[in-house]
Amino acid sequence: MRTLLLAGTALLTLAGTAIPAAAQVSDNVIRIGVLNDRSGIYADLAGEGSAIAARMAAEEFGNKVAGAPVEIVVADHQNKADIAASKAREWVDTGGVDVIADVPNSAAALAVQGITKDKKRIFLMSGPGATALTGAQCSPYGFHWTYDNYAMAAGTGRALYEQGKKKWFFVTADYAFGQSLEEETTKMVKSLGGTVAGAVRHPLGTADFSSFLLQAQGSGADVIGLANAGGDTVNAVKQAAEFGITQSGQSLAGLLMFISDVHALGLQAAQGLMFTEGFYWDMDDQTRDWSKKFEAKAGKKPTMVQAGVYSAVKHYLKAVEAAKTDDADKVAAKMRELPVEDMFARKGKVAANGRMFHDMYLVQVKTPAESKGPWDYYKVVKTIPADTAFMDPKQSGCPLVK
Amino acid sequence: MVSLLGIPPQVLFGQLLLGLINGSFYALLSLGLAVIFGMLNVINFAHGALYMVGAFVAWLLLTYAGVGYWGALVVAPLVVGLLGIALEKSMLSRLYKLDHLYGLLLTFGLALILEGAFRHQYGVSGQPYPIPDALKGGQNLGFMFLPNYRAWVVVASLTICFGTWFAIERTKLGAYLRAATENPTLVQAFGINVPVMVSLTYGFGVALAGLAGVLAAPIYQVSPLMGSNLIIIVFAVVVIGGMGSILGAIVTGLGLGLLEGLTKVFYPEASNIVVFVVMAIVLLIKPAGLFGRER
Repeated sequence: MRTLLLAGTALLTLAGTAIPAAAQVSDNVIRIGVLNDRSGIYADLAGEGSAIAARMAAEEFGNKVAGAPVEIVVADHQNKADIAASKAREWVDTGGVDVIADVPNSAAALAVQGITKDKKRIFLMSGPGATALTGAQCSPYGFHWTYDNYAMAAGTGRALYEQGKKKWFFVTADYAFGQSLEEETTKMVKSLGGTVAGAVRHPLGTADFSSFLLQAQGSGADVIGLANAGGDTVNAVKQAAEFGITQSGQSLAGLLMFISDVHALGLQAAQGLMFTEGFYWDMDDQTRDWSKKFEAKAGKKPTMVQAGVYSAVKHYLKAVEAAKTDDADKVAAKMRELPVEDMFARKGKVAANGRMFHDMYLVQVKTPAESKGPWDYYKVVKTIPADTAFMDPKQSGCPLVK
Repeated sequence: MVSLLGIPPQVLFGQLLLGLINGSFYALLSLGLAVIFGMLNVINFAHGALYMVGAFVAWLLLTYAGVGYWGALVVAPLVVGLLGIALEKSMLSRLYKLDHLYGLLLTFGLALILEGAFRHQYGVSGQPYPIPDALKGGQNLGFMFLPNYRAWVVVASLTICFGTWFAIERTKLGAYLRAATENPTLVQAFGINVPVMVSLTYGFGVALAGLAGVLAAPIYQVSPLMGSNLIIIVFAVVVIGGMGSILGAIVTGLGLGLLEGLTKVFYPEASNIVVFVVMAIVLLIKPAGLFGRER
């Protein structure tokens, strides 16, 4: 009996030391949780497509890093910050999730950022836009990958200013993201010497924009800035055409648009719109190759959010492989150290505040005559180099930047 | 120019006109709901989904069969109406003897299935549907630019609303219908086929939703979510107007459209709750609704 007990203790001690030594990966699996809107207005720009992109990144590693299998789990946060927070907590506390990825909707992302910061989990943001995520609310574990409101405001604001459009009116989605986008654009417009004639706030998921557009039309502004996203932007652009806004000399600026929005609008309604993008499938052979594979699985070309999820997950897995552990502190340090090099970003780098710096593109939607086929939607007007595309980390207000 | 609370009058007129346009959508949808509730005592939660199906039928006709807007205006309500009759015959008719709750649960479930199926097939961003050529462009009214299509929507829905009210309240067929709701056994004894009449009524009610869907297609994206965005407001309209009251549904629909339009000028952030605030107040003061009678 006594020998048995001793042997058992010895075995247990051995086992206890053996598990971490073999892999250095907590519970022996890297679990990546893709948390986004899978049923609401952002489901087409993120949704299942983001999960597909994450799986494609894992497959490139043979679904295995540092000797541990990689698993992708998904959940729908329904654009509600409280659901996002409770799902994130559940994943971290009981689901063994090591990384949370995507999380469009800035309100939801800010909630998840708080949780991943407290619980020391890596957070790869592709969908949200709020600059606070790499500013006052930054986290040592939070990485903001694809775009942010500053980049959108700077790219589009400057381009329109150069065309002599100086007086703005905003139609803004009334929550964290829209307000932040309006604020960033206002700052940019004013710093260039332009003015803001006014703004109107609409609830998320509005069907009828006519009333807001009429107010914008009456303001006498040169540019109507749409500080909203997804289905809201699509409806606003469509109805702006109906009310003859562009014919009467005002320009419409989608401050955040995705290729899925252009696809939904059709070129007839979307032609001529100019905006800032983080990714376009038809840039070079690498982007075309990857997007073709994506299309085979998803049935459509990727948005920048989906391509960004792929890039972020891939970079994370690279960092885990290099660090040979999934310890959040070590992986986060590796992620900042390694350059980001894939089809999405060339010579990208992660700053101290978690912002990933990569080139952005000013694009204009083609006319139906210019487009050669399905998904041939953009003319790339210019490439905005990484260091001017995003805010200088020193000005972000993030306490991690020294 | 004088201004009212800091808002110039031309802006106010513009917003009131837009409110009227939205109100006519509310009226058309709540009319169908009121007809169904008044005649069948069924709370039709599938109404929003069938409105969406109407819009999708129009889009499918255009994309795959080349049938344009005017054709869709006739065909889509027929398709939705037939779908409604099939649902009524196969499922809903079995529930009349049970509590209201069962009809509500069934139609709610049907709404989720329809929406889920379309979302799976077509995604959430929706499909574009062009404004018909004859109604492109608009009129400059001095205080605002009124797109021709929106003017058409107001005229079309008001005509249909009035026609329906007239048919039910002032014709013989309407009298049969109203009698059948009061006492089906007695009406049947007079030789009228009540079950067929009930099926046709449900079909007609949802056909109205399908028609509203076609009218909405060129304005909004044809999207699987378009119904669920609207149906909650429409339910509020029916509750405020008085469950089952046809005149109540029409008047309240238009009135709330106007009120919402005004809210969008003075305090836009509240524009999506103002209808529910009114609903709460009406329920406190007059629980049967503005035009409803106590049962």
